[in-house]
Amino acid sequence: MRPPEQPTGQVDSPGAGLRQATKSPDERARRAVEAAWRIEWPRLVAGLTRVAGDIGTAEELAQDALVAALEQWPRDGVPPNPGGWLMLTAKHRAIDRIRRDANFARKLELLGHQLRIDEHGERLADSAESIALSSGTLGSGVPGSDLSGSDSTGPGSGRADRRDPGAGGSGRGNSRTGGPGPAGSAAMGSGRPGDGAEVTDDLLRMIFTACHPVLTPPARAALTLRMVGGLGTGEIARAYVVPEATVAQRIVRAKRTIATKRVKYEVPQGAELAARLDSVLEVIYLIFNEGYTATAGERWVRAELCEDALRLARILAGLLPGEAEVHGLAALLELQASRLRARSNDTDELVLLADQDRAHWNRLYIRRGFAALGRAHALNRTRGQAPGRYALQAAIAAVHAMAPTAAETDWRRVTGLYSVLAERFPSPIVELNRAVAVAMLHGPAAGLELADKAAQSGALDGYHLMHAVRGDLLSRLDRVPEARTALLRAAELTANSTERALLRDRAERLGTPPAN
Amino acid sequence: MRHMVLIRLDPSQAPDGGPDEQLIADMNTLIEEMTKAGVLLDTAGLRPTEEGTRVRQTGGKQTVIDGPFTESKEIIGGYCLLQTRSNAEAVEWASRFLRVHGPEWDIEVEVRQLDDQG
Repeated sequence: MRPPEQPTGQVDSPGAGLRQATKSPDERARRAVEAAWRIEWPRLVAGLTRVAGDIGTAEELAQDALVAALEQWPRDGVPPNPGGWLMLTAKHRAIDRIRRDANFARKLELLGHQLRIDEHGERLADSAESIALSSGTLGSGVPGSDLSGSDSTGPGSGRADRRDPGAGGSGRGNSRTGGPGPAGSAAMGSGRPGDGAEVTDDLLRMIFTACHPVLTPPARAALTLRMVGGLGTGEIARAYVVPEATVAQRIVRAKRTIATKRVKYEVPQGAELAARLDSVLEVIYLIFNEGYTATAGERWVRAELCEDALRLARILAGLLPGEAEVHGLAALLELQASRLRARSNDTDELVLLADQDRAHWNRLYIRRGFAALGRAHALNRTRGQAPGRYALQAAIAAVHAMAPTAAETDWRRVTGLYSVLAERFPSPIVELNRAVAVAMLHGPAAGLELADKAAQSGALDGYHLMHAVRGDLLSRLDRVPEARTALLRAAELTANSTERALLRDRAERLGTPPAN
Repeated sequence: MRHMVLIRLDPSQAPDGGPDEQLIADMNTLIEEMTKAGVLLDTAGLRPTEEGTRVRQTGGKQTVIDGPFTESKEIIGGYCLLQTRSNAEAVEWASRFLRVHGPEWDIEVEVRQLDDQG
């Protein structure tokens, strides 16, 4: 890519005038607010859940903070530390709420939280501003003013006015000029609402809560995408091709379940961590798979959902850098995602691994996948652990990634890895995949034998890929009628219309063979 | 969606001695944050144009020119490759990148979405 030549004398940034012409300042400000809010959302809501004691309240407070931001940022500019700004505003709204609340018992309970809020606020903001704010709210903000004035003269706006002068000017944090600034200066440079360890813990708490086993898998996925991925219910609904009301209801119910089952907002420790981490990894994996092989709808691949899952995996890897399987999952998803573009053609038809144009594989994702896999292996080696299921699957994906052409795939290595996987994490689906690899190495008869064995349990009867694999192997063995039956059964079972068309097409072509 | 953030600056206007320690520290913090948010795919600074080479083809004929390229005031000094859910998010991250730079920096980023089709 060649940088456009600048005519000498033109010093102004070439894009600025253009952008002003195409988007109004209001529109740009609104987009900036939304983007900053979205970026800050996971940490904001995770921190607020800790101080408010409940996800639902935290979400409402975060929304309140957004409203305040929408009022003020377009006017004053996005503050240097948007996360800290939103957090302090939300906490102030929390205090407002407490004071508005008429229910005495509830008030008492929340006052406990308020104490914690203040405690947290001091640590967060290096006390100066938060004290000024608290005294401002508690002193001047007389109860009567709450009802009428909280939006325009409430703590959120007052604080922002005091804090924002630095934002509009150089736009740089106070951290460089030394000395703690007024507003969360420790976090200024990074734009974080708190110190690193605290944010890490809050986010981890949120992830483990959202993926708690008391919730159904769809609820875990929806809640994780919402609370950690920062997606709106509309976005989740579009991603899963379900009505928005369904997602909203799922999230509401999940939050209620968390409350009624008294799920603790904490990061599990010791042996429980491993068990609960499995649930977290599975949620992310399922989200990715839903995008990678859409179980419903017209489109074969929903890349955005894959990207959401990838981002979640990367976030988790950042939060739990010492957990090998987290890197294993990240590696698997990066490697799988590297093929996304090659996985469907112009008309959104599935392109099988063997037929994919490997020039369209994303080399950067492959490199990132290898790096993550390397970290997983290194951690496992250090601890004398065997690789987990995701690291093993990533290793298989890595073998494919290394092959310059499908024909050059190291099937011996792939079958070896599947053997290990089948031994350590036995499942009919793993057996089925092993059958495919064995068929590549030793021929369709050997593969079919394994596939039939995997099918025997009956667990795969409703799994369309089992029938598709058998259909493929049977056709390669020229057992045409059986192959056709299996392919048509697979077509019947898949919920994806693109895949159904592909399978039916294959079955039909079997029907009119040049019978030699 | 992915975005390439191209970082442009005029080297003659950049502070002597390049980024100071504080900027480097702030930048590292930001990079760590982008990494932990799962949005940063790749980033690097570019060596000065003195060490660069341009290979141009006009009318089927190639010319090779070694840097520095004095005629261009603004050069690309580095890049970030981001993965976000919206254009606006990429722009906000780019804006945070600029924000860690002090007033002594005259700097611009160009945010361009990658064409993932075809």
